[in-house]
Amino acid sequence: MSPFNLAAINFVWLPILPLVVITVAAMVVLLAGVRVDDGESEGLGLLTLASLAVAFVFTLGILGQYGVAFAGAISIDSFSAFFDLVILIAAMFTVMMSLDYAAENRIPGAEYYSLLLFSVLGMMLMAAAGDLIVIFLGLETMSITVYVLAGIMRRNAKSNEAAIKYFLLGAFSTGFLLYGIALVYGATGTIKLGPIHDALASGAMGSNPLLLLGIGMMLIGFGFKVAAVPFHMWAPDVYEGAPTPVTAFMAVGVKLAAFAAFIRVFMVGFVSVGAQWQTVLWVVAALTMTGGNLIAVVQTNIKRMLAYSAIAHAGYLLLGMAAGVRSGPAILYYLLGYAFTNLGAFSVVIALERRGEVGNQISDFRGLAARQPLLAGAMAIFLLSLAGVPPLAGFVGKFYIFSEALHQGYVGLVIIAVLNSVISAYYYFYVLVAMYMQEGGVEVERLSARPALVAAIGLAALATILIGVYPQPYIASAANAFYSASGAAGVRSAALEP
Amino acid sequence: MIPLTYMMSLSAVIFAIGVAGVIIRRNILVMFMSIELMLNAVNLAFIAIGSRLGSMDGQVIVFFVMTVAAAEAAVGLGIIISIFRNRETVHADDLTLMRW
Repeated sequence: MSPFNLAAINFVWLPILPLVVITVAAMVVLLAGVRVDDGESEGLGLLTLASLAVAFVFTLGILGQYGVAFAGAISIDSFSAFFDLVILIAAMFTVMMSLDYAAENRIPGAEYYSLLLFSVLGMMLMAAAGDLIVIFLGLETMSITVYVLAGIMRRNAKSNEAAIKYFLLGAFSTGFLLYGIALVYGATGTIKLGPIHDALASGAMGSNPLLLLGIGMMLIGFGFKVAAVPFHMWAPDVYEGAPTPVTAFMAVGVKLAAFAAFIRVFMVGFVSVGAQWQTVLWVVAALTMTGGNLIAVVQTNIKRMLAYSAIAHAGYLLLGMAAGVRSGPAILYYLLGYAFTNLGAFSVVIALERRGEVGNQISDFRGLAARQPLLAGAMAIFLLSLAGVPPLAGFVGKFYIFSEALHQGYVGLVIIAVLNSVISAYYYFYVLVAMYMQEGGVEVERLSARPALVAAIGLAALATILIGVYPQPYIASAANAFYSASGAAGVRSAALEP
Repeated sequence: MIPLTYMMSLSAVIFAIGVAGVIIRRNILVMFMSIELMLNAVNLAFIAIGSRLGSMDGQVIVFFVMTVAAAEAAVGLGIIISIFRNRETVHADDLTLMRW
């Protein structure tokens, strides 16, 4: 066959077309922004938004296609498509939040938007990874860009501090993940997820020390990325110090991508040795839920409170992973609802914020309902969804994960989780009380002049309600996505049994 | 031929030195050097395993890791410089604007 066979090229490039679009867009934005003033970066933002939308359409276009590209390094299935779509939506929301924020805070637009696109590239690569080294590369593409995004307000001491803390702990955790990959490679002789699954399927390796140490190291690495207790200490500082749209992007995009890779490696690749790591995850999930919720109670800064709340939600998701393959669809559905709810909550925080400082305290929300009833109403929807009040997305997600875990006999863990939900209601309702029953707080300025931000809040609120009230199609696509990844590895038939 | 155990032990020791360095030292630059040491310990493990298994994967990964480490160094040093400009310190204990 000629090396210039066009058909072969098309076959290889078609599945990664969305990734190519994002890469090209990132470079175009960087070049186009060379002569753009920091205070006038809206145009670059709109260009970014448009290219994300194009990538979204292309991802929809290859929906339902299955296959591997680049000798198994990239695996395209409903799982990768599901995460790609949600990640792209999260990125579009982030850009909508950033349009005004970036210009007002004089964030250099070319760097900001192109780094945003590059980190989306890394996230999508993680969701579609077919071997461990692509997971590593995707993770680093995502992380290195987000380190810079966290510190992009160069003259702001808090932003600096957030960047260095994120960088040091992120690079530290990467070392653990990579050492884990090396040990798993040594134990199984391959870095591809499919062959790893096949090598472990016989069950003969269940007590191989090299493999167990490798899995443990990878757990530490992923634990850092999803901010699980006891590897969470970076999260609150980084979430507080980073520019708020970047915080939203970290709380949603980074978490989605990390969980995508985490689920693919552990619930598909290492599924046969589940007994070994599920016990560890049991403990980590319990610690993460309890730690996150208890410390969130005493927070006075809304970004910090949402950071601890994000840690607690990672705990609920880890509960699902600890409960085994059956709860896979529930995890994906939960992530979908979590994404919209958190994006919405951070958008409201941005609406209140001025010059990156004022408006970040919970006390600033006092009396918001009287001055801005619609904004307060939207925030109420997001907080109630985070707290798990029916019929919103957060409630259905929690119910789904907890009931699947209960079916698997994880009664103790579910009791801990339900108790934690009660604790979490305290700090979410605290903000509600401030908004509806107290006086004072800060004025919200120029909301009508920020149509993109208002649209982001409105769309997020709509999605939070819709996904909760009419969950069937989303649950179906979450299940379809999860089984398309694990089905390839032969778990499907067992998992689909009632 | 050097047994695989020797090389894996050496890699484990170097990795442990790197971890200890990150945890114990308080100078950000030294912490960053320790992280690089961890990555190089991993490279050693990859090369050893790759040559033992006779597969190219291990050797190729090392190049990826080195490239990523270089990118990480560029970003990390940039962040450290911007901190030094604002605060005139590279000590982790001085970065206490945000706590709890």
